[in-house]
Amino acid sequence: MALRGNLRDISFTQILNLVNLAHKTGTLILESPGETAQVSFREGKLTFAQVGNESNNLASVLNKTKKISAAQYRAIVQHGSNISDKELGLMLINAGIISKDEILLSLQQNCTDIVHRMFTWVEGLFRFENDMLPPEDRINVRLDLENLIIEGSRQLREWELLQDEIPSLEMALKFTDRPGADMKKINLSVEEWRVVSYITPKNTMQQIASVTKMNDIEVRRIIFGLLQAGLVEIVRPSGQPAVGVIHSFPTEHKEEQLSLVNRLINRIRSL
Amino acid sequence: MQTVKMVVTGPFNAGKTEFIRSVSEIDVVSTERKVSSIGEREVKESTTVAMDFGRITVDDDLVLYLFGTPGQKRFDFMWEILSEGMLGFIVIVDSNRPETFREARSILETFRAYAPTPYVVAANKQDKNDAWEVEDIRHALRLDPNIKLLPCLATNRDSVKKILLELLYSILVEMEDGKFK
Repeated sequence: MALRGNLRDISFTQILNLVNLAHKTGTLILESPGETAQVSFREGKLTFAQVGNESNNLASVLNKTKKISAAQYRAIVQHGSNISDKELGLMLINAGIISKDEILLSLQQNCTDIVHRMFTWVEGLFRFENDMLPPEDRINVRLDLENLIIEGSRQLREWELLQDEIPSLEMALKFTDRPGADMKKINLSVEEWRVVSYITPKNTMQQIASVTKMNDIEVRRIIFGLLQAGLVEIVRPSGQPAVGVIHSFPTEHKEEQLSLVNRLINRIRSL
Repeated sequence: MQTVKMVVTGPFNAGKTEFIRSVSEIDVVSTERKVSSIGEREVKESTTVAMDFGRITVDDDLVLYLFGTPGQKRFDFMWEILSEGMLGFIVIVDSNRPETFREARSILETFRAYAPTPYVVAANKQDKNDAWEVEDIRHALRLDPNIKLLPCLATNRDSVKKILLELLYSILVEMEDGKFK
């Protein structure tokens, strides 16, 4: 079955996490506006990455990482264009120009750099082609995704932190009753003042966002700052009753509740 | 006459109305209206604006009501009202539309905040070619392994029965563990 969607909805970090947890083998194809990329995995490990038509063969990578000289690179391009990466690697090792470990480290660094670039892609289509692997003549690396995911997660962390701190914008805000606190003495940005001017238990945070024309993350970021500074606190919008204890069962007797659930089960089974 | 209720929730066009329709003994009392948003109209023509309402008579003394929530975010003020006194809830996810997974997760957390009752997640439309695999959906929704995430076809009565039964089994387990009040 297809694993496809838009990076706007499922971030690149989330896809990597999914590939890692599910030990997937295949190639992730990303198409953002004006750019494409392919990232391959084997059993949940990163093996290959390429952006668009950027030259990504072994000679280019070794040249980029300065493992071979410009003259050596030119010679390979001129005379060795027909040989595969694996053959080239073997020849360079046998010639004592480079070690196997250096080749692998260079390729790993190249893959890592490409994947880091992918984290900035927040818009574009993606699809995961199961069992599609990079061309056989390419040297594959084998990189754990955890470190890469951690890097990407740093970028998501702010958003998640904000959501944890302010799970719902349906609540309202009120200024804290702190003796001596004077808003006029506090340096606030224009955006912060716009939000502050609408703070009252009558307005939900959603309403404040709407009237200030801020999106969820913008208004959360500002409110988070005000909360951290102890200037405001979250309250239930005024006029809205607190949720009371509402019983799910029509009876409080445990035996009757069990009987009720068993009757429900028997009825559903008989449908 | 005793009544209990379960809530069927999920994002827009996840299949909540079909789910209830598949098992309700009465024609689902639906409050569908033509979709006003152009983007959403491309997905379906009409949507539930207040709630869907289905019924299963258990015996002379007990009736189960199924309430479907409106899927569009702008009607979420109805969610808290509908969640009052529910025995448990079912979150329906459209397996073909990963763009709705984040919203599904948010709906799930909102309902959990309203009432910490048992729940199950139904991965609907699993018969479609583009459907995500259930375990992939679990990762995308960041569901713990102990949360029931079941493949589902909301238009199929047996499939819907299975989801309802799994929710009831979860309720039983929580009752036996003394977690369910």
